[in-house]
Order: sequence, then structure tokens, then C-alpha cells
Amino acid sequence: MNSLLELLRTDPWPWYVTGPLIGSMVPLLLWIGNHLFGVSSSLRHICAAAVPCGLPYFAYDWRKDIWNLWFVGGIAAGGVVAVTWLEGGGPEALAPAMVERLQSFGLTGSGDLLPRELFLADGPFGRIGWGIVIIGGFLVGFGARYAGGCTGGHTIAGIATLQRASLVASIAFFIGGLVTARWFLPALWEALA
Amino acid sequence: MNSKVMRYGGVFLGGLAFGVILIKGRIASWSRIQEMFWFESFHMYGVILSAIVVAMIGVQWIRRLELRSLQGESIKITPKSADRGQMIGGVLFGAGWALTGACPGPMYALLASEGLPAVVMLLSALMGAWVYGAIRARLPH
Repeated sequence: MNSLLELLRTDPWPWYVTGPLIGSMVPLLLWIGNHLFGVSSSLRHICAAAVPCGLPYFAYDWRKDIWNLWFVGGIAAGGVVAVTWLEGGGPEALAPAMVERLQSFGLTGSGDLLPRELFLADGPFGRIGWGIVIIGGFLVGFGARYAGGCTGGHTIAGIATLQRASLVASIAFFIGGLVTARWFLPALWEALA
Repeated sequence: MNSKVMRYGGVFLGGLAFGVILIKGRIASWSRIQEMFWFESFHMYGVILSAIVVAMIGVQWIRRLELRSLQGESIKITPKSADRGQMIGGVLFGAGWALTGACPGPMYALLASEGLPAVVMLLSALMGAWVYGAIRARLPH
């Protein structure tokens, strides 16, 4: 038992453990209730339940898809379990070249889940941290619904079920991410320095 | 056992496992997502590619064996509709992913441990989804 706990506490879990576990969610959810793996529909369901405002996009019976809300509730609980009992959530060593790059931008390169200097501090980055959180969060929700799915529903479940739309979406995710991470963010860091 | 309890209990436990995986596998990490977009580590690519392969094998296996769900239904996969949304929405999503270092799954996983920034992030994503619903008719699809 103790050695299992030790094993689970290994940080980080290597990709060849993490990836197959994530992939197995797809057949698991199909078996449990004929549900196709995905997360971002939950954003729509929450809006439909809480603030439909008479909009046609939210005029459907979200209760029929309530499994998705149980699923994301489970994800939130899992986050607590990982951080409380499995020693997840601390900083970790990134690739040395990545640490160097982040430091050249003036960040610490600490490898935090959410770097404290960016999202939680008062320094130069802290001032724009809230902007990044709010604009970035908005784009994730808006873009995922516009694209009809996110990295879970499109990149994992969609490609695994050979859907063309999901391949297109996944390529678009990467284009948007590459441009933002490699061009927009460095320009922003430079402007702050 | 009540079939609803089994279904949603199972879904909840699956979600719980997924949340643990997202944190312990460092998918829910701003730093790791930057590393991925700078091609400095194989980690995220290994995760995504092996996840797709395992999911594909699982789905093929269900089809070949004609497995049924716990409720005894035959398993069907509804096709995703294709339009320009995947391209335009996809690029916007990718930009948000690089900024926050989190896609929707990680946003839920980070909710309890990362405090106010994680809460505001999820609320912003909900607002994004709502605004999409509000202006959907005027967007190119």
C-alpha cells in the first residue's frame, strides 16, 4: 500500500503513463454511459443552466447531458486529491533550455502549475497577470465553443474516432498557441522589461 | 445498485482520476504548455500522441467486440459537425491555451489548489462560452 502511494507520488508522472491513462478515458466513458469524452461542453451546460437569457444556443435540455457536469465535478475533486495527498502541484524542473528562455524574459522558470510571479505577485508581471487570466480564459471558452470542442473532445476523442473536423481543430489549436507563445508573449515580456 | 448512481458515480470517479492525471502528469501546467509550444520537451507530445493511440485502440476494440454500455445500449459515436468554426474558433482557443497554460480540463483541476487566478480563469471561460452563444448567429461558420 505504502509503495503504491510512493509510486503515485512520483512527480511528474512520465508521458508514457499519463498519455495512455488519458486515452483510456475515451473507451471508459463510452462503456459507463455511452458518453463521448469531452470537457468544454460543460461550459455551455453551465451557461444553459444558470444564465440562458433566452438565447437559442442555450435553449436545450442541459439535464440530458448532466453526466458532463458530474465529470468536471470529478476533475475538480481530482485536483484536490492530487495536491492534498499525492504531492502534486509544486514546482518542477523544466528543460534547461526552457528555464533559460523564461529567465531571459525575466520570469523565474520555476516550473509552477501557475507561476507565482505571473499570476499571484505584485511585480511587473503580476500587473498583467489578471489581464492574461481574463483574456486567455475568455478565449479558451469562446474558442472551444466556436470550434465545437477542446483538446479533450477534438484532439483526443475526435482524432481517435477519425473525425476530420477534429484534426482541423487540433491544427488550429496549435497554430493559435504557437503564434501566441512564441511571438505575442515574448513581445509582451519585452514591453514590460 | 441503482443504475443512475452507477452511471454518474462512475463518471464522477472517472473525472476524479482524470483530475489527478492532469495534475500529476503536469498537463495542467502553464510552464509545461510553454515548453510544448517552444518544442523544448517531448513530454506533452508524448502524452497527446499516446493518449490518441490508446483511445483509438479502445474504440476499435469496443467496435470489434460490439461491446455494449453498462445500460445495455449499443455504443454510438455521434459525428462532430464540420464548419469554419474549427479553424477560427480553434486559433482563438489556441491563443487562450498559450496565455493561460490551461485548456478546460486543467481549469477545473486547478480550481481548488491555485486560488483566485484559477477561479477567475474558469469564470472568464464561462463568459467566453456565453458570449459565443450570444453572438453565434453573426459569426462565420
